[in-house]
Amino acid sequence: MKSGYFPGCTLKTNAKHFEDSAMQVMEVLGHPLEEMENWICCGTVFSMTTDDLMLQLASIRNLLRAENQGYDELITLCSMCYNTLKRAKEFILNDEENLRKVNDFMYKEDSKFKGTTDVVHLLSILKDRITFEEIKNKVTKPLTDLKIGAYYGCLLVRPKELAIDDFEDPTIMEELVDTLGGEGVVFPYRLECCGAYQTIIEKDVTVKRTYEIINSARNAGCEALITSCPLCAFNLDQRQKETSEEFLEFSTMPVFYFTELMAIALGLKWNKDWKKLHYIDPVPLLKEKGLI
Amino acid sequence: MPKNVPMVKVYILGEGFDVPEGSTIISALEYAGFQLTVGVGCREGFCGACATLYREKGDYKLQAGLACQTVVTDGMNIAQIPFVPAEKPIYDINKLDPDIEAFKTIYPILFRCVGCNTCTKICPQDIEVMDYVQALIRGDIAKAADLSFDCIRCGLCALRCPAEIVQYNAAILARRLTGKYLLPNSPDLEARVKEIAEGLYEKKLQKLTKSDTETIKKQYYDRDIKTV
Repeated sequence: MKSGYFPGCTLKTNAKHFEDSAMQVMEVLGHPLEEMENWICCGTVFSMTTDDLMLQLASIRNLLRAENQGYDELITLCSMCYNTLKRAKEFILNDEENLRKVNDFMYKEDSKFKGTTDVVHLLSILKDRITFEEIKNKVTKPLTDLKIGAYYGCLLVRPKELAIDDFEDPTIMEELVDTLGGEGVVFPYRLECCGAYQTIIEKDVTVKRTYEIINSARNAGCEALITSCPLCAFNLDQRQKETSEEFLEFSTMPVFYFTELMAIALGLKWNKDWKKLHYIDPVPLLKEKGLI
Repeated sequence: MPKNVPMVKVYILGEGFDVPEGSTIISALEYAGFQLTVGVGCREGFCGACATLYREKGDYKLQAGLACQTVVTDGMNIAQIPFVPAEKPIYDINKLDPDIEAFKTIYPILFRCVGCNTCTKICPQDIEVMDYVQALIRGDIAKAADLSFDCIRCGLCALRCPAEIVQYNAAILARRLTGKYLLPNSPDLEARVKEIAEGLYEKKLQKLTKSDTETIKKQYYDRDIKTV
């Protein structure tokens, strides 16, 4: 089984700390991530327009290049890349005519797309391949007394065909938090949409979502959120600026990528550069809990 | 020209002409009587001025290439592209950083790339155009500069792009930023520029500008080309 790592554009820019922490964590867990070569944008969002195959080309080209590089599976960290690549693959493979048309656009590639590379999210690898028991054995700095809300959003669990866990009541991320010695808190709005790309054209929509989601987490006792989606992270973290301006009684909450907390629990050094990519400073909370 | 050279028929802007077999498109155009003032430059495949669309006999495909590098075939249909009026934003390189922000501001259109690879397919320089666009999208400016190094700015990529990206202009920004900020400074280059600014070639240049055409031609052809 040869596994490739598919970063996606945001993990090389605004979510560099997601990639850095994941790379280090996987090294410690004995499954280092190997970045595939010549990857391109995943396609950004799965297009449900069934007759515009142009919007599927990026996803399929990535999967084809992974096939040609001999990868049996591609591991993604970003929920959006996971969702887009996986859905594009199913959509194209399930229709012979789509497959033929898309392959007509695979010029300059070494072969035609066959669909032999699987798309897997890192959380599934952690749970099914490495196992949480194994991770628990490697925890050196448990997240004691830290109450974490796992924010799934849409892309890890919908549509249900590609859900990495139960699509209505997932527990994988809460289990991970428990594994790390923290307390995974289930809160009502953990599967709600963060407002997604409304953040660009209707900023107020996402500000309201952020207000509701973070309040929901706060009321359930959460002290911080974790996510695996850079777009959710942007809306829930960066938009707390506008949320604080709009709702005066709002109190802020740090938002982490789950791998950042894994890195801490596995005894890795907290990287000061990661802080720069957070809007709400997570350092006071981490210090309060004696984690850094 | 030697006698009895076999001829082929080409169609220039729809009109048929007999031209010698083995001609490049540029020489075929001139043989047919066109006097080229635009769409021609170095004739050596370096300047990128002669982007040309053509279609071969019996083929449905519109192809593209450099007129000085593409040999005519019998029945070829030819139309030159004199100029690509692509967007060329003005920016101050001193006020930019070599990161994704520069491209988000100056060439936001890059982010529309869908990875169709049409640009790579048409590039007469065999550059991986789509891959350098993708490198820019994720802020890898040095990689984009490297991948686009052989670009001769013919503009064919931009003409064919379904996302209306101006690849070749974005690429030159990537190379400028890389040259200015990411590559190590060359002390030799700085010393050379200083020498020239202080008038190292002034006398020779004065002499050259006063020479007649024949002398200049002779000097050009007799020049000593150093190979490394």
